[in-house]
Amino acid sequence: MTITPIEETVLGLVSEIPSGEGRTYAVNGEMIAVFRLRDGSLRAVSAVCPHKGGPLADGQIDDDVVLCPLHLNAWNLATGCSQSGQPPINVYPVREDAGRILLGE
Amino acid sequence: MSQRLVVIGNGMAGARTVEEILARGGDFTVTMFGDEPYGNYNRIMLSNLLAGVETEEGIFLNDLAWYAENGITLNAGVKVERIDTAARTVHDDRGGVTPYDRLIIATGSYSWTPPMKNVHNPKRGYHQGVFAFRTLDDTRRMITYARRAERAVVIGGGLLGLEAARGLQNHVEHVTLLHAMGHLMERQLDPKAGQMLQASVENKLGIDVITNAMTTEILGKEKVTGVRLADGREIPCDVVVIAAGIRPNTEMAAASGLPVERGIVVDDQMRVQGQEDVYSVGECAQHRGFLYGLVAPLWEQAKVLADHITGTTAVAYTGSKLSTKLKVAGIDVASMGLIAPEHDEDEVIVYNEPRKGVYKQLIIREDVLVGAVLVGDNSKAASLIQHFERGSTLPEERSELIFDIGGPAGEVSPAEMPDDAQVCNCNGVSKGTICGVVAGGCGTVSGVMDRTRAGKGCGTCKPLVQRIVEWANGGAAEEDPAASWYVPGVPMPKPELMAAVRRHELKSVSSVFAMLTPGQKPDAKSKMGLASLLKMMWGAEYEDERDARFINDRVHANIQRDGTFSVVPQMKGGVTTPAQLRKIADVAEKYDVPMVKLTGGQRIDLLGVPKEQLPAMWADLDMPSGYAYAKSFRTVKTCVGSDFCRFGVGDSTALGIALEERYQGLEGPGKMKLAVTGCPRNCAEAYVKDLGVVAIDGGKWEIYVGGAAGAHIRKGDLLTTVETAEEVIRLTGRFLQYYRENANWLERTYSFVPRIGVDRIREIVVEDSDGIAAALDAAVEEAVQAYKDPWKERAEPVTPGQFRTSLPLTVLPQVPVRS
Repeated sequence: MTITPIEETVLGLVSEIPSGEGRTYAVNGEMIAVFRLRDGSLRAVSAVCPHKGGPLADGQIDDDVVLCPLHLNAWNLATGCSQSGQPPINVYPVREDAGRILLGE
Repeated sequence: MSQRLVVIGNGMAGARTVEEILARGGDFTVTMFGDEPYGNYNRIMLSNLLAGVETEEGIFLNDLAWYAENGITLNAGVKVERIDTAARTVHDDRGGVTPYDRLIIATGSYSWTPPMKNVHNPKRGYHQGVFAFRTLDDTRRMITYARRAERAVVIGGGLLGLEAARGLQNHVEHVTLLHAMGHLMERQLDPKAGQMLQASVENKLGIDVITNAMTTEILGKEKVTGVRLADGREIPCDVVVIAAGIRPNTEMAAASGLPVERGIVVDDQMRVQGQEDVYSVGECAQHRGFLYGLVAPLWEQAKVLADHITGTTAVAYTGSKLSTKLKVAGIDVASMGLIAPEHDEDEVIVYNEPRKGVYKQLIIREDVLVGAVLVGDNSKAASLIQHFERGSTLPEERSELIFDIGGPAGEVSPAEMPDDAQVCNCNGVSKGTICGVVAGGCGTVSGVMDRTRAGKGCGTCKPLVQRIVEWANGGAAEEDPAASWYVPGVPMPKPELMAAVRRHELKSVSSVFAMLTPGQKPDAKSKMGLASLLKMMWGAEYEDERDARFINDRVHANIQRDGTFSVVPQMKGGVTTPAQLRKIADVAEKYDVPMVKLTGGQRIDLLGVPKEQLPAMWADLDMPSGYAYAKSFRTVKTCVGSDFCRFGVGDSTALGIALEERYQGLEGPGKMKLAVTGCPRNCAEAYVKDLGVVAIDGGKWEIYVGGAAGAHIRKGDLLTTVETAEEVIRLTGRFLQYYRENANWLERTYSFVPRIGVDRIREIVVEDSDGIAAALDAAVEEAVQAYKDPWKERAEPVTPGQFRTSLPLTVLPQVPVRS
């Protein structure tokens, strides 16, 4: 598993992301989908599906995977690996810091 | 110290059993005895060897090196004469005594010779020029001798005899097949099928066949000159092959005091009756009164034996349902179960096309396949065998069992497909990709579909995906327990799931995961199906968690390939007004909508709308949602009906509008597309809708259910004919509610209706035989009352960023603007 390093950035407030959903953020020309799991933890991955360019932040998630809304391909949110034979997606370090979404180490 | 395992018999059963034991890591010192001086070979392939399409090396399963590599002592060409079960020793014809801890008897069968004059030569077994067809040596001798021969006679019209006759054509000019019974392969085929096969064998292959031919004498003193039949006829020939059947080799076992009836009697663990440590497997074993001569049962027996001998004691072989699918002398033949009906109530379906040599017979008892015979066309054999083995309920449309209706013309077999052949035309998945996933250890159809997305588009290729998985997995897909579950993440079928949801009062998707899944694990693939089910069950009490919704249901629009959405306003019955059209036109212009398109459901689609513009557009349109995005009641297509049409016999537009008015937005396990047409000319395509209504003369309405005209095409079944529009509306609601409560997730009515059977649905929905009609009516009424136009959800977002774009920097291929 590889985590793509990225500059430390505050993306916004955790409360902007409803529980169990994702929102897209643009960071230095990168599109990053941040998900807030139902247990409160955050995940960040590249926002564009490598298959046909679907918006991953519109996908449904559980504790492990995100499903692209266009063709329901699945990726592991922690490793970026596809479970349906697609190329992997980038995974970024992300955490909550006093109610804010903090991207990067 | 490892136990001493002795195996008597080095044929397919003995060697396969040893392979199975080794695969389980069984710690044994193995000694094998085989009559034939070889490793072990595939006896079934001897006919190919005879026909010259296979080489000797090609038919070997394990050569001598395999025995050495696995530490097996092979006594090839050594015959066991006696077993001493008291001393636990095996005595062979060379005076050897081999002790055992466990013993397996797999002595197989020998070729049976019917009584005939002059068949034996007192000096050396058979008369010169007469051959049995059982072993590699038999086959070699036959090939050598037949080179000098011109006319061959084969005695025996079973599978082996037919294969021998076909193989001999490779060596001699003329072959005659003699069969003592009334028709060929009488054990597997009914008389008609046997005659059809005979016609093909005679006309296509040029083999003479004589049935009811009892051979009484081999003619010729030194050389064979012919055979004589019971009726006095003489058939000239210079070589005779006997393939009149097999008998189990049990003499040695019987002489050693083991229980032998027709075969060596074994229990469900394949142990010889009354013996703790002696097993028997294969053609020589008699299990629950049956002897098996096919490989599939033998493989099953070998597995059970291997499990048991390696310490898994809770295993049992309970017998095999016999089915065969093969090419007999180049002609497709399949047979399973009964070849003739046994009871008056048995349903017999026969299709016969003599010119093509095609014959199919099915025997059905209480909706379950109990027998089938196919000649000349095995394209449906695999699915019939599956029905037969599983005892599954057959489709109402029996013809679907013997023909591919509406499917591709010829069903290709997976083996014949090239690796790069595209299987799933929606998701672009090749046969090679599917086989790769199976080779990687995934043996279930649903597992392969998940990993490759094959079959996850329109679903038409699912049967082919299944066949490829079965083929790649060595004949059968692994049982997938999840196949019966309502959603993949909660291990229960729909009725059980609904009962659990009610019992625990689970009103949110997350509560279902917390209560009903192993490890309380949420599952993304299950959320949408659960949300639909809970909404249907609890109505207003349902605790709506927005993350359980698919994106379409979060923003009430259908996501497009570039991440934009489509907006389809309601247009009941496809009837609009100049004012509505003008407003839609204004909105399309104001928002610079890239494409305006008429839909198949008689509405107007505004395509390419960014998510963030949706609420403003809805406000400007000020029209209710057309629900062109949800697993729900979609639209009612109508024709112009009786007001204007010269032919219309019923007011289809008014009824269509009334239906849509009442059932708009109703969620379900799948889409519900309806139509009302004003006469049987069917301009509104009502025959191919989930529910279609057709006006017929006399002021009546026919209601059809289970139709489809998508990837799957099916004419709906006539549910009933009613007198009034009110009755149509009431029965529509009742049918839709029954579907909502009982269909599996994403199971459209075209699968649901045939699964339940339209007669049963009519009993429940129209005749109220189960007494649930009032409850269905009340439930659908409650859902109707709970309807709220989702496009009113626009002043304030329900969740933060509900309509925020998920693609702030669009880099995708954009749908071009069409002007």
